[in-house]
Amino acid sequence: MYFTYSSKQLEDAVREFSKLPGIGTKTALRLVLHLLKENRESLDHFGNTILRLGTHIRYCKDCMNICDDELCPVCADKRRDHSIICIVENVKDVMIIENTRQYRGVYHVLGGIISPMDGIGPADLNIDSLEARIKRGNIRELILALSATMEGDTTNYYLYRRLSKSIPVISTLARGVSIGDELEFIDEVTLGRSILNRVPFEMNK
Amino acid sequence: MNLETLSLVNFKNFSQVELELSPRINCFVGDNGVGKTNILDAIHYLCLCKSYFNPIDTQNITHDEEFSVIQGEFLLDGIKNEIYCSIQRNKNKVFKRNKKEYDRLAHHIGLLPVVMISPEDSVLITEGSDERRKFLNSVISQYDKVYLDDNIAYNKLLAQRNKFLKNIQGSWHYDRDMLEVYNEKLVVPGKRIHHTRTVFTKKLVPIFRSYYNKIAPDMEAVDLKYHSQLEQVDFLELLVQSVEKDIIMQYTTTGIHKDDIILKLNGHHMKKTASQGQQKTFLVSLKLAQFDFIREMNKVRPILLLDDVFDKFDESRVRQIIKIVTDSHFGQIFITHTDEQKMRSILDDMNTEFKIFNIAHKDITSI
Repeated sequence: MYFTYSSKQLEDAVREFSKLPGIGTKTALRLVLHLLKENRESLDHFGNTILRLGTHIRYCKDCMNICDDELCPVCADKRRDHSIICIVENVKDVMIIENTRQYRGVYHVLGGIISPMDGIGPADLNIDSLEARIKRGNIRELILALSATMEGDTTNYYLYRRLSKSIPVISTLARGVSIGDELEFIDEVTLGRSILNRVPFEMNK
Repeated sequence: MNLETLSLVNFKNFSQVELELSPRINCFVGDNGVGKTNILDAIHYLCLCKSYFNPIDTQNITHDEEFSVIQGEFLLDGIKNEIYCSIQRNKNKVFKRNKKEYDRLAHHIGLLPVVMISPEDSVLITEGSDERRKFLNSVISQYDKVYLDDNIAYNKLLAQRNKFLKNIQGSWHYDRDMLEVYNEKLVVPGKRIHHTRTVFTKKLVPIFRSYYNKIAPDMEAVDLKYHSQLEQVDFLELLVQSVEKDIIMQYTTTGIHKDDIILKLNGHHMKKTASQGQQKTFLVSLKLAQFDFIREMNKVRPILLLDDVFDKFDESRVRQIIKIVTDSHFGQIFITHTDEQKMRSILDDMNTEFKIFNIAHKDITSI
């Protein structure tokens, strides 16, 4: 939709907002008009926050996660197990796994998964930095925690081929019945795999 | 299994139609272009979620209309099943069984087996190998879910591998590991597909021959052979051997996507030597063999759709085919024909229940 704008500033702001995913011109206009109602101080704060994204955000030199310093809080934490690296597709996945509070190792953010159809090849991912990290030594396990799609699987496979010689253990997330799921609603492939890869029963687990 | 009622709204040339059908033989007669084939295609839609003729869903909606609905009541093991299909412009098509929408269309495929015999089938003989692979896929997918899933996975991987090969020529540097990953991943569904196709054609050939000889009693020798690069060499090795070539050609030159079926008559290639009548006999026999195969695998008689099959046949072959399909071995049948009198005279001799529908001016009457 095209509007005739009464102000060049307004038009520019709307154009910038509508570049964001899921935001169209109408929503962008609503957001901008909302901001104009705010007092000057909070508007400045909003703008400066966005400016700082460009000037202050850095990528952790070890795991490529987003952070403020040279290392991200996870990599900087001495109490965490630096000999286990969990490979994830993006920054969001790090947050999701951290939220489980079950993982005490460190991460490596690939920045995508291999899909030539989408123009993403192995060279576009943070694999060289992962390899360098492994060469520095003391890594005993890699956990492949990518999505269970065909592209995720291909990427797992590729990483395995490239890295298996230099790592004692490469594991991947278990695939099976979700907690709280009833059998009749599980898809056949997952259920079939869960039966093939069944695990010994343990009490209190 | 049979279709009891069929209703159409805005489907191709019909704005609204409701039909009550015979569990045995249903004949649609009328002049050229009145929409006889469209009725058969609507039934094909309900069974396999797509048109037999036109892969673009929205082109099956009546011109200048926004949506189209096909509904049918099928009797399956004595239980009524309402199948509903709606196609809308700019929206996904919706399929419902007993008012409940399917999550995936693939879940519906196989429930209602169907075999269509149509003049379009001649592409199986005259066109390239992809038509024959399409035939293999459509038959096997109707009873083998693993095969269907394997095909989807194989095609996805193949597309990724081909794109990767293209990119090597462009800006990407050649990553050997990456290509090997695609090789190893393609091999898994590829080998299974090859095996299923081999077993299928082996079973199909004798049934096919016996039908051919029933329709054409003068004993012409017909042959059908599955041909695949995987017969001689292991698939992984094939892929490894052709890596250099694939990089130059920028696509995957070996694999089950190059399979073919070789069709022969009296030792010669069908396409070059067979007459039109012979070709037609060949195709009808192939489709009837497909019918038997699906019947055997699903333990249910598929619906048989005969679209204008008699056009290149002499009277004796027509009688012979009608005689074969009116046997109790077959179930519900839909036939289109231009000549009502001829159809009636043949069916009167056959001693089976039948219904004839006359189509004229977008209207269908039972006669």
